[in-house]
Amino acid sequence: MSNPLADMEKPDLIFAIGTNMTECHPVAATRLKRALTSGAKMIVADPRQTRLAKMAHLHLPIRVGSDVALLLAMAHVIQREDLINANFIADRTAGGEEFLEHIKEFTPEWASEICEVPAADIEEAGLLYGRGNPSAIYYTLGITEHICGVDNVQSLCNIALMTGNLGIEGGGINPMRGQNNIQGAGDCGAVPNNFPGFQPCDNPESTEKFSKLYQTEIDGVKGITKVTALDNCGKGIHAMIIDGENTVVTDPDKNHCEHALKSLDHLVVIDIFMTETAQLADVVFPATAWGETDGVQTNTERRVQRLRAAVPPVGEAKPDWWIVSEIAKRMGVPGFEYNSAKDVFNELCELSPIYAGLDWDRIEDSEYQWPVPDKDHPGTPMLHENEFKNGRGKFTVVGYRDPAEVISDDFPLWLTTGRRLEAYHSRTQTGRSAGIEYLLSHESLEVHPDDAERLGLIHGGMAKMASARGEIEIEVKVTDMSPKGTVFTSFSFAEVPVNILTGSGYDPVTQTAELKVCPVKVTAVK
Amino acid sequence: MISDLDSQKTEKALMLTLDGEQVAFEAGETIYEISERHRREVPTLCYDERLEAFGACRLCVVEVEGIRNPVASCTTKASEGMVIKTKTEAIEKHRKTLLELVTSENRNVDVNKLSGYASQELKILVDRYDAGTGRFAGKKSGTSNEKDKNPFILRDYDNCISCYRCVRVCAEREGDYAINVMNRGFNTQIITEFENDLRDSECTFCGQCVQTCPTGALGDKKALRDADTEGEIKKTRTICPYCGVGCSVDMMSKGDKIVGVQPAMDGPANEGALCIKGQFAFDFIQNADRLKKPMIRRDDGELHECEWEEALNFAAAGFAKVRDKFGRHSVYGIASGRAPHEAAYTMQKYIRATYGTNYIDNCSRA
Repeated sequence: MSNPLADMEKPDLIFAIGTNMTECHPVAATRLKRALTSGAKMIVADPRQTRLAKMAHLHLPIRVGSDVALLLAMAHVIQREDLINANFIADRTAGGEEFLEHIKEFTPEWASEICEVPAADIEEAGLLYGRGNPSAIYYTLGITEHICGVDNVQSLCNIALMTGNLGIEGGGINPMRGQNNIQGAGDCGAVPNNFPGFQPCDNPESTEKFSKLYQTEIDGVKGITKVTALDNCGKGIHAMIIDGENTVVTDPDKNHCEHALKSLDHLVVIDIFMTETAQLADVVFPATAWGETDGVQTNTERRVQRLRAAVPPVGEAKPDWWIVSEIAKRMGVPGFEYNSAKDVFNELCELSPIYAGLDWDRIEDSEYQWPVPDKDHPGTPMLHENEFKNGRGKFTVVGYRDPAEVISDDFPLWLTTGRRLEAYHSRTQTGRSAGIEYLLSHESLEVHPDDAERLGLIHGGMAKMASARGEIEIEVKVTDMSPKGTVFTSFSFAEVPVNILTGSGYDPVTQTAELKVCPVKVTAVK
Repeated sequence: MISDLDSQKTEKALMLTLDGEQVAFEAGETIYEISERHRREVPTLCYDERLEAFGACRLCVVEVEGIRNPVASCTTKASEGMVIKTKTEAIEKHRKTLLELVTSENRNVDVNKLSGYASQELKILVDRYDAGTGRFAGKKSGTSNEKDKNPFILRDYDNCISCYRCVRVCAEREGDYAINVMNRGFNTQIITEFENDLRDSECTFCGQCVQTCPTGALGDKKALRDADTEGEIKKTRTICPYCGVGCSVDMMSKGDKIVGVQPAMDGPANEGALCIKGQFAFDFIQNADRLKKPMIRRDDGELHECEWEEALNFAAAGFAKVRDKFGRHSVYGIASGRAPHEAAYTMQKYIRATYGTNYIDNCSRA
């Protein structure tokens, strides 16, 4: 997030796009609700009539995967109505002229055809966002899990830049992180393109620095992503170590994924349960769980916080860092002689400019948001306040592209996927917590009443849902939460493995899967 | 801006007299807020600092010179020159009588600490004022709502004192408006729309009503499963393991057993709020399905439990063999977005230091 969570109570205009926040980030959503109570207006762009959408002043139930078109047309309106911040564009951005020329042709009428919402509503969205003072953007995986995920994010940056809604209290561009420490995994360098602290792998200085620190010669180029690695299993990749991820259930194209892991010579899995993925391993290590582990995690607003052990581990479980270090030591790799989580975290701080002002003891009270470049620095609740990291904020000229697969006679409905309030990911945790089942016992497919009638589907009855990759059976729930022509389900239940169907394409830059769009055919099971 | 600051500095500070002491205050502050800052321990049952002041319990009344009747300090804004007494004999007597009336209506004052964060507030005041006298006998208010079989929130309205903190936290903080007040006086009931069970209402089971209840009328059913478990309650401050918001929580344990979770009122990300997962979905940790020993796949093709030494050697040897046969670009590491920094850091270091590659990723692409 460019801005702190506390800022969510301060916008004049909230633009929530591709985020089902009341279910996926419920506590953050309470802040938006309070902003609404004190008079803020809200636009929600989401195909589904979520709880957040019901609270909105303007709900745009756009067709899945049409976000770029909507955002181009909103930019068009903002320019036409002279709601741009010319000073901000001149002083702090680059590429503005070209971008402002580019958007002239993308009218609300043009976007209306693609997004399947009225042009007048798109016009209204542009006016509301352009006039908001400040306007804040919130988004989640509804923006990124598309083949055009990067285009979507850049389109959001464009409208924030043209209106100067960056570096100001109550504004900004705010992606909400879905997992407790996904931000931290990136901070720590568990990515193929960056060393710890976002020091790029293709920068010779960084490579030299880490080669020296880690006493080996590290490739001066980016590694491959997980998606490519899974594609290469058995043909180039022959061993894997996976920590705390149920790849088989949460990644797209389940059959492909299972086949990939089975074709490895050696698979080591560290987890707290015997997951579907662990069942394929050659070695399974029991890790300590939440409440048994001392450590650190970073939240969505870059706040670095301490986790503390409350009870001893179950059985012989050990912390992940200890397990990995013991494997490294047995392979004769130097530098893994840690005695505690504190040792590991302090090493990370020493190597990462954004953590340079932190150490284990300083984060005791959760008061720092990175970057914290030195010990006298108070932390950085808001990014881009006076300048952008790379000098100027760059406009990007983007165009609309169709999703990887579009609906056809064979697969005439759009399937989109997401989460539910009561379940988390593949339910290895919430599925084992007493009482959750009382509220959410099984998965269902949300179908609009008109579609249900047309397809002969009955509320509570079973349906067969097929995509180009496979088919599953699922219970039908008839509801107008889904718009006509679009169905929804979550990916949480192994009994309804929706990722057999998804996996039509990947963003060419980030290789994030297009989990939000998948053309399907739904038929009643007699 | 500078001139504004200067004028603020030169402006005379607002002053009042609190129990004979001259104290400064800011415009808009209530008498209660000022008294709290000066540790006057003014009692209250309907106050939660996160909520709009309500003035229902009348325990926080104080004497203000020039005003005939005592005023509720939580709803009365301070003004320049006020002379306030927070603890006169008459006020203390009034407070004791009020508490005696409250306890006379309740079936039970002594509730288990596991009920909720604020559950001891009534008990503490009754003890402080020695108000459990049974001086007033008679009608009891409220009725226990035992038909609501939800597994999370106990609704024992025999212990309700109509402070409406639950109704207010649901509306003001959560924005859910799932519960409301029906009837008046002895017939007051806290209900959902159409008197449905919570499951069939707008309730999201965030547990905020439970945590603000000062009497245990609303209780944390999951934590209360361990009411009879031996041992003192230990609270450990940590961060919720679910989404990326990073809510601060206090994990409650008795001995080696995790018994519940309470929100941390001073958590910077959540300021006391939680959702159903953070509040109630903690018991996966000590679930019987947890992996307890390392396992390796033996010649029969099955995974078998073994000792750490064997498993670690087996894992290391397997990687060395693949590296030697296929080269250093044949091994890949996937770190977790769920585990702490130390897990992700050592995993990337293991890959980079062992193989000299950047063949490392995490689960953020899924």
